[in-house]
Amino acid sequence: MTGKRFWSWLAVAFGGLYFLLPLVGMFDFSMRMQRGAYSFEAYRVVLADPQFQQTFGYSVVLALLTIVLGILIVVPTAYFVRLRFPGLRPVIEFITLLPLVIPPIVIVFGYIRIYNTSSILPLTGSWWGTNILLLFGYVMLSLPYMYRSVDTGLRTIDIASLTEAAQSLGAGWARILTVVILPNVFVSVLSGAFLTFAIVIGEYVFAALLNVDSFGPYMVWMGGNRAYEPSALAVIAFAITWACMGLIQLFTSFSKFSTVRR
Amino acid sequence: MAFLDIQHLEKSFGAMHVVKDFNLGVEKGEFVSFLGPSGCGKTTVLRMVAGFETPTSGAIRIDGQDMTCLPANRRNIGMVFQAYALFPNLTVEENIGFGLKVAGEGKVAIRSRVGEMLELIGLRQLGSRYPFQLSGGQQQRVALARALAPRPQVLLLDEPLSALDAKIRISLREEIRRIQRDLGITTIFVTHDQEEALSMSDRVVVMHQGIADQVATPFEIYNRPTTRFVAQFVGTLNLLEANVVDAAAGKVLLGEVPVSLNRPLPGRTGERISLAARPEIVTLGRSDGDHVVLAGRIADVHFLGSVIRIRVAVEGGHLSLDTFNQPDRPPPSLGTPVEVSVSHRDLLVLAA
Ligand SMILES: Nc1ncnc2c1ncn2[C@@H]1O[C@H](COP(=O)(O)OP(=O)(O)OP(=O)(O)O)[C@@H](O)[C@H]1O
Ligand SMILES: [Mg+2]
Repeated sequence: MTGKRFWSWLAVAFGGLYFLLPLVGMFDFSMRMQRGAYSFEAYRVVLADPQFQQTFGYSVVLALLTIVLGILIVVPTAYFVRLRFPGLRPVIEFITLLPLVIPPIVIVFGYIRIYNTSSILPLTGSWWGTNILLLFGYVMLSLPYMYRSVDTGLRTIDIASLTEAAQSLGAGWARILTVVILPNVFVSVLSGAFLTFAIVIGEYVFAALLNVDSFGPYMVWMGGNRAYEPSALAVIAFAITWACMGLIQLFTSFSKFSTVRR
Repeated sequence: MAFLDIQHLEKSFGAMHVVKDFNLGVEKGEFVSFLGPSGCGKTTVLRMVAGFETPTSGAIRIDGQDMTCLPANRRNIGMVFQAYALFPNLTVEENIGFGLKVAGEGKVAIRSRVGEMLELIGLRQLGSRYPFQLSGGQQQRVALARALAPRPQVLLLDEPLSALDAKIRISLREEIRRIQRDLGITTIFVTHDQEEALSMSDRVVVMHQGIADQVATPFEIYNRPTTRFVAQFVGTLNLLEANVVDAAAGKVLLGEVPVSLNRPLPGRTGERISLAARPEIVTLGRSDGDHVVLAGRIADVHFLGSVIRIRVAVEGGHLSLDTFNQPDRPPPSLGTPVEVSVSHRDLLVLAA
């Protein structure tokens, strides 16, 4: 083995340890709820907790709604920007990146100020209003991931020709978007969707400040009040995120048709 | 009024005037080609007919109906693109059936029409494949079937063969023409390949800088070009500069050789004009009668198979001429002194 190779291996090993050790430690700790024996007791307790079921279910529904709304907003926008206003692309891209630059706490304070009970649009005053506000907030948080992946997907197909071909065959905008464009960027949309799912499931700041009982605040509350269960929860959360990543890979490699022309 | 009627069509992109006073009438069932160099506006005219661009002014009518402001998806025009533009997520059958589905036809009707179209393009067995599983030639045939399936009034093809290799290009162009004849569909075919345009079309529109220079049959375009551009763009041309001696009587001076063309000339006495001759009307050796005879030397010999193209250096330039290959007569060697003859009647006269 040459010296160069040795050093690269060392770097990789160091990086691996840096990521893996805490995970292994956490997993190990989560298995020690019963004294003197390895067991999944902490997981059983967590999964059986009605509050877990309720907050987790709520977050899953919210994540799915976020994804649907995100697709409805992002796909047509990215499509028309590419097709009709290519000059606007840098502007739109910049706008979609803002949620990564502005801290969530700032955004949510802005929301609370604008939509509080004494404003013109008192969304925070009702259960429905708060949920809608949270949903819109999450759609915005997911924009950087959603827009980028959809835009990348659109780049791999010749949308101008496909659009014109569909138009000459009589199709209108709704059909072009749903039958021609969306299926061809479906894999990209999915990868954006899984990222969105992972983000929404664990989001804390928005939920806590809007006083919504979702999975994020539940995890934090657990962390403050229990010993072994938080580790189990963290492992579960990691597993969900990884499952999402894995699904992205799966869909990418097993899509039925390839958009890559030979 | 013609079936497809284009009148005074103009198009500007900003300050760039791309199409200028374009007029054309295409009869029902006719096959018309747009031929011209890159950037002359062929695609732009086609896209205005299809409805993808709005004309700056002018009118487009199909079967008497004004189409100028109708959106593309309500024109009932079939379009075939250079890059095929098949829907990658749909099978061949679904691609072909797309327009029928949009038109709201029933499942049974769609299936039978798709089968008919697959038969027409000879791809019966490939109906369930995806576009990426087909060769370029097969993809373009599917694109043609997809455009034809909803029975469009007019078929537009924008350089449909340019992405294919030479062999397939020729077989596919014959197939396109056969299908077009069978269906009797009014067709506009855009190309910058003159062989394609001349061999396929009922009429050819030669375009130059946004203007339709000449609209005529391939025979007319080739043998009686009306502008210098058409003469030079289509086919190979020998140009000889001449001085007009007597315009009314058709007498000119070609170098030192006096030539009588026996017809009135456009230029005035003393002006320079160009005499043009296709390679195939120039013959080796001295011909009697109405011929111009020039002396020269063999400068180059290209053996092309059935045809031999010979370049002869004459006074004031070169002349290319074509002779047929004859097994018992090898081509002359370089430098041999020869005489070449051109019939007066076949010499084209172009304003200098
Ligand atoms: N959308 C557009 N905006 C600005 N200019 C354009 C646009 N479309 C075409 N042009 C210009 O119009 C002119 C004619 O273009 P067009 O595509 O019609 O040429 P063409 O004859 O089809 O050429 P080619 O053989 O290369 O396809 C070109 O100079 C081109 O740059
Ligand atoms: Mg073109």
